[in-house]
Amino acid sequence: MSDYNFAYLDEQTKRMIRRAILKGVAVPGYQVPFASREMPMPYGWGTGGVQVTAACLTPDDTLKVIDQGADDTTNAVSIRKFFERTAGVATSTHTAEATIIQTRHRIPEAALSDGQILVYQVPIPEPLRFLEPRETETRRMHALEDYGLMHVKLYEDIARNGAIATSYAYPVKVEGRYIMDPSPIPKFDNPKLSNTPALQLFGAGREQRIYAIPPFTQIVSLDFEDYPFEASKAPHACDLCADDTTYLDEVITDDHGGRMFVCSDTDHCETRRDAGYRGRLAPQEDAA
Amino acid sequence: MTALSMNAEAMTGSFTDAPVQAAHGFRAVLRALSQPGEIVTLSGATPPAPMSPAAGVVALVLLDGTTPVHLAGAHDCPALRDWITFQTGAPLVAAEAAMFAIGTWQALTPVTRFAIGTPEYPDRAATLIVESDHLTAEGTTLRGPGIDGSAQLSLPETGAFRANRALFPLGFDTLFCCGDQLAGLPRSTIVEGR
Repeated sequence: MSDYNFAYLDEQTKRMIRRAILKGVAVPGYQVPFASREMPMPYGWGTGGVQVTAACLTPDDTLKVIDQGADDTTNAVSIRKFFERTAGVATSTHTAEATIIQTRHRIPEAALSDGQILVYQVPIPEPLRFLEPRETETRRMHALEDYGLMHVKLYEDIARNGAIATSYAYPVKVEGRYIMDPSPIPKFDNPKLSNTPALQLFGAGREQRIYAIPPFTQIVSLDFEDYPFEASKAPHACDLCADDTTYLDEVITDDHGGRMFVCSDTDHCETRRDAGYRGRLAPQEDAA
Repeated sequence: MTALSMNAEAMTGSFTDAPVQAAHGFRAVLRALSQPGEIVTLSGATPPAPMSPAAGVVALVLLDGTTPVHLAGAHDCPALRDWITFQTGAPLVAAEAAMFAIGTWQALTPVTRFAIGTPEYPDRAATLIVESDHLTAEGTTLRGPGIDGSAQLSLPETGAFRANRALFPLGFDTLFCCGDQLAGLPRSTIVEGR
């Protein structure tokens, strides 16, 4: 651990990132450019989130890292180990114990609390990018609050599919001003962005942008009066913990069409099972 | 060597364990700015008078050679100029060119001098570090992002902050320092009253 500066990054870099985070907090939803560094992992593996986490960590923090809700997948394990080694911080898989949670594409099921920071890994921070490839143009559209194109996109969804087919990275409006990409979280998670007591920070390493949602900020998912936003999920209960309110992953179990639905949030699912809840396919405890 | 002409005081009063103390300092500032009305306590810096310890921590956490700083009024003194230069390397500039400005509210006025960013880059706006005689969670009512309903904070005036909010998403951001205490007022906060 003594081979690294605390939390890996040098102090000059951390100051630059910290200034960007503060400006992001002051202008919720606006993407602040920052001089993203090479990190010892490839772009697309959370380099933006890792830099934001490194700039925020103190030795007193407890860090939780999730990848699509799971604590035990490659991306989550490697980032957790990275900070155990370079910052020496405590880590946990329990949402309630963590002070900083770095996440790839999910918001934990358990409600977040005051003092917690949720750090999102963001691949493409610009919500208008697939509609307008030029950065000069999207920047001007944000400046002029010219968001008609996004509504046209959602309208075309309805015209083609009969419903808004966008199911993840669903665009939101922050405090009535900026349209923001909430990173590729399922739209099931969108309502949890709004009015939470936790601070939400977003880091895009390759695209060199940081943005933020302060606690208790109003976030509205874009929709139409006659096609209101719907936080959808698979219409099942978890096959391990029987919870029918959580976001589910579909797991193929054999080559005869067998499948099961399980909570994407592994900590939530394990906590429920520890409390005695059993789903349809959960291993039953021996009667003896 | 420029250090020869410097006051020896310029070389003292910094962090003893920079990575850890700066991390704690930043987290406190982040909390203050993301939850306006909340007052946090900072420690680790002992800058020369008239700078408060809280403002000293902010300077050590956020300033470096890429951040032009304006020292206003009594803060524009040799001891503090030397301290900022030695400890952070930040260039000292006029109010209009500053990314950070440090001084009492009276010395910083008129605050319309400071950078408010551009429509394309609202982040290119100044942060005012306001030295205050008292700082309490009472007085002017605040609403907006970071605030659950409403909060109170003792502000030196309301007019300038209401005018600043009207510029949103442009505008300056403010950190109030008093002794080792600090509160934040981002441009997004709605300041009530006249």
